[in-house]
Amino acid sequence: MTVPLSYYLVLSGIMFLTGVVGVLLRRNIIIILLSVELMLNATNINFVAFSQYFHNVAGQVFVFFTLTVAAAEVAVGLAIIIALYRTKSTINIDEFQLLKW
Amino acid sequence: MEQAFFFYFACVIAATSVLVVALRNPIYSTLALLVMFFHVAGLYVTLHAEFLAAVQIIVYAGAILVLYLFVVMLLNLKQDVRYHRQWPMAAAVGATLVIEAIILTAMKGSTTPAVATDAETAIGGAGNTAAIGDVLYTTYLFPFEVASLILLVAMIGAIVLAKKDVGEREA
Repeated sequence: MTVPLSYYLVLSGIMFLTGVVGVLLRRNIIIILLSVELMLNATNINFVAFSQYFHNVAGQVFVFFTLTVAAAEVAVGLAIIIALYRTKSTINIDEFQLLKW
Repeated sequence: MEQAFFFYFACVIAATSVLVVALRNPIYSTLALLVMFFHVAGLYVTLHAEFLAAVQIIVYAGAILVLYLFVVMLLNLKQDVRYHRQWPMAAAVGATLVIEAIILTAMKGSTTPAVATDAETAIGGAGNTAAIGDVLYTTYLFPFEVASLILLVAMIGAIVLAKKDVGEREA
């Protein structure tokens, strides 16, 4: 095991940070969903790295549950995007103020 | 040798994740995410999680990304999409996370990996898939069923949300 665990943590931290910045900065709602995927992948890398270093396969099982949640998020999120685009003809999140009082 | 592979995968993953956020065209962002998914799968192979690498390629690159590309091309976006005005907030959150990462890496090496004791130790090699299945269908059977229920609810929700008459009636 020549690669230390901290390297994987730094890599996953960089990925998660990029995802957070993407969610907060971009206005395109599709890019926001892609950034959420980035964050989920960062946690997956953490899970697999810890699973390898602690010699416990449970970490890899939890990646499956993350994968399930990611698939559900994509399906519902893209359906919401299509429904929003049908009513507003845009995917710029600044235009979606229906819930703003 | 292992470190060379890790640094190659890490550099490509970091670069493509920055590209996903930074590129203006959503199609290019999605394609950058595709490259990232393949390199994450490569990273899983170096971590001896071969089954997860295959699942990563099949589910993420095969299903999720195709769905994204389908929606991006369906909506056919022509407008120029710029960054959000919330950037001071993003800078604050980002700076906090960077400081935390620096502190965590400065404190590295203070813990040692725990010694494997359980029966759940068969990991890596040809037994990886068998080990995952063994744990998934015994210890984590109930979360597995809950995950299938989540998928069912998401499928029904997506169909109901994307149905045409519902969106028009509430518009």
